[in-house]
Amino acid sequence: MSMTTIRQGSAQLVNSEKVRLRGALYVAEARIRSMMKWIWLIIGIAIANPVLYLISVGIGLGGLIDESVGVAGVDGVKYLTFLAPALLAQAAIQGALEETVYPTIEGFKWNRTFFSMNSTPLSGVQISIGVFLAAFFRTVYTVLFYFGVMWAFGALDSPAAWLAIPTAILAGTAFGALMQALAARLENENIFFVVLGRFIMMPLFLFSGTFFPLTSMPFFLQWIGWISPLWHATELGRYLTYGHAISPLMLWVHFLLLVSMLVVGLYLSARLFTKRLAK
Amino acid sequence: MSESLISARGLTKKFGDLVAVDGIDFDVSKGESFGLLGPNGAGKSTVMRMIGATSQRDAGVLTILGKDPDKHGPQIRAHLGVVPQQDNLDTELSVVENLYIYGRYFGLPRAFVKSKVEELVAFAQLEEKRNAKVQSLSGGMKRRLTIARALVSEPEILMLDEPTTGLDPQARHILWDRLFRLKEQGVTLVITTHFMDEAEQLCDRLIVMDKGKIMAEGSPSSLIKDYSTKEVLEVRFGSDRNQEVADSLRAMCQRIEELPDRFLMYTEDGESLLEKIYASGLHPKTSLVRRSSLEDVFLRLTGRTLIE
Repeated sequence: MSMTTIRQGSAQLVNSEKVRLRGALYVAEARIRSMMKWIWLIIGIAIANPVLYLISVGIGLGGLIDESVGVAGVDGVKYLTFLAPALLAQAAIQGALEETVYPTIEGFKWNRTFFSMNSTPLSGVQISIGVFLAAFFRTVYTVLFYFGVMWAFGALDSPAAWLAIPTAILAGTAFGALMQALAARLENENIFFVVLGRFIMMPLFLFSGTFFPLTSMPFFLQWIGWISPLWHATELGRYLTYGHAISPLMLWVHFLLLVSMLVVGLYLSARLFTKRLAK
Repeated sequence: MSESLISARGLTKKFGDLVAVDGIDFDVSKGESFGLLGPNGAGKSTVMRMIGATSQRDAGVLTILGKDPDKHGPQIRAHLGVVPQQDNLDTELSVVENLYIYGRYFGLPRAFVKSKVEELVAFAQLEEKRNAKVQSLSGGMKRRLTIARALVSEPEILMLDEPTTGLDPQARHILWDRLFRLKEQGVTLVITTHFMDEAEQLCDRLIVMDKGKIMAEGSPSSLIKDYSTKEVLEVRFGSDRNQEVADSLRAMCQRIEELPDRFLMYTEDGESLLEKIYASGLHPKTSLVRRSSLEDVFLRLTGRTLIE
C-alpha cells in the first residue's frame, strides 16, 4: 500500500537526450504490443487472403486464361507468375493501410493516446515515425506470409520471384505513409471509411494493372495507375521476377515515384501530427 | 520563498478572436501545492497545457524548471507528470501494460519500469485489476490509473486537470488521500478544479480565474479572510416570499447575496444574526449557519456561482 521505495526524482531517472534519439522506437514498441493483441486475427487474414485469391483468381481464372492464350502466356509467362507481384503489393498496401489509418484515428480521437504520449518527452514527429515503423513491421510480415503461402501453392514459377518482396514492401509503406498523413487530418472518420473503401481502395485494386496490363485500359482510365503505388510496384515486381520489358527510364520513374510518395507521406504526417497535437 | 519551478509573466493564449488566457502572472515554488480555481471556460486547462509544454503561448514569458517551453518542450516534459482532464489511457491494453509503456516513453530502463509498475499498481489500489483491460475499469479506477501513470517517472511537478470531476464522493476521497501523500513526499502539485472543497483540501495557494484573468490569489484561508466573512447564514423563505423580505434582511447585515432559492448573509456571527431575524418577526422556512468557503469568495469576486 505504501510507497516502499525511496523517491529518486525524474531529474535522476529521466534522460531526455536518450528519448530524443530513440523516442520513435518506444512508440513503435507500444504499437506492436497493441498489435499483438490481434496477432491471431492478423495472421489469419495474412493466410486466408492469399489462399482465397490463389484458389479463385489464380487457379480458376488463371487456368482459363492459360488455356486460351496457350504457350505464349500473359506477358510471356503463366498467369499466376504475372499476377503474383501485384497480389503481393496489394497485400502490402492493405496491411500498411490498416496499421496506419486505424492507429492514427485512435490516437487522435478514439483513445487520445497520442496526447498522452505527447505529455512525455516524445514529440509529434517521433509519434508519427513510431506509428509508421510499427506499420512497416506489419507490412513486412504480411508480405512474407503471403509469399510463403504462394510458394506453398506452387504459384511462384520464376526463381527470382522473391524479388517482388522489396517492391511490395516499398509500395505498402509509401501508401501507408500517405494514408497516415490523411488520417492525421480527419475529423469525421465515418465518411472517410466509406470513401476509402469505395473510391480509393477498390479503383486502385482494379485499375492498377493488377489483373491485366495497364495498357489494356482505355487511355482516360490509365491515370489511376499512374497515381497508384500498386501499379508502380507491380511493374517493378514483374521486371524483377520474370523480366517484364521496361525501359531503364521507366524503371527509374517507378522507383522514384514510390520513394517520393513515401517521403512526402512521412513529411506530411510528421507535420500534421505536430500541428494537431499542439492544438 | 524557495526556488520557483514555474514562473509566468503576462502569459497569453488566443484562439482566433477569443482570448482564453489574458496576460496572467503567477509563480509556483518547489514543494508547493498550487491550485487554479474557476468555472468551466475560465482558461484553466489552457494554462495547464502551456505549463505542460504542449501548447505554445501567444505572448508573455513562461519559464518551467528554468527553461522556455517553446524551445525545450521535451526536456521540460521529461520532468512533468500530466493527468489530463479527459482520460487518455490505451483502452486495449491492461492496467500494467499502460503503466509499462508510459514508463518506456520516458526512456526508463525496462527493469526499473517493471518494479515501478508494481509499486504504482498498489498505490492506485488496482492489484485485483492488474491484468484487466482498461476498458473494463470504472471511472474512479481509470482516474487512479491515470494518476499512477503520471508518477511512473517520479516527476518533479505533477499536474492534475480536474482530477476528480465525474467521480462519486467515495472515489474522490480515495484520490484526495493519494494526492495528499504525494504532497507529503515533496512533489510539487499544480491542480485545476471547479470544486471548492477540493481546492481547500489540496491547495496551499491558489489563483481564482475567470474569463482568462486572475481575480485573486492567496491561500484558501487568506482568500476567505480577505473576500468573505467568517460565517455565512443561509435563509430560505420560499420563492413567493423572498422578494417581500429582501429589504428587511438587507438592513440587518453588511453584505447579502440573493440567489434564486435563498439568501446568503455574510456575518461574523451567524447565530446572533439569525436571532435578530426572528426578533424582527421574520420566520425563515429553513436556515443554516456555516463557515465561509471559497465558493463565497468566488461569488464575491465575480457575482456568479461556480457551478451554474
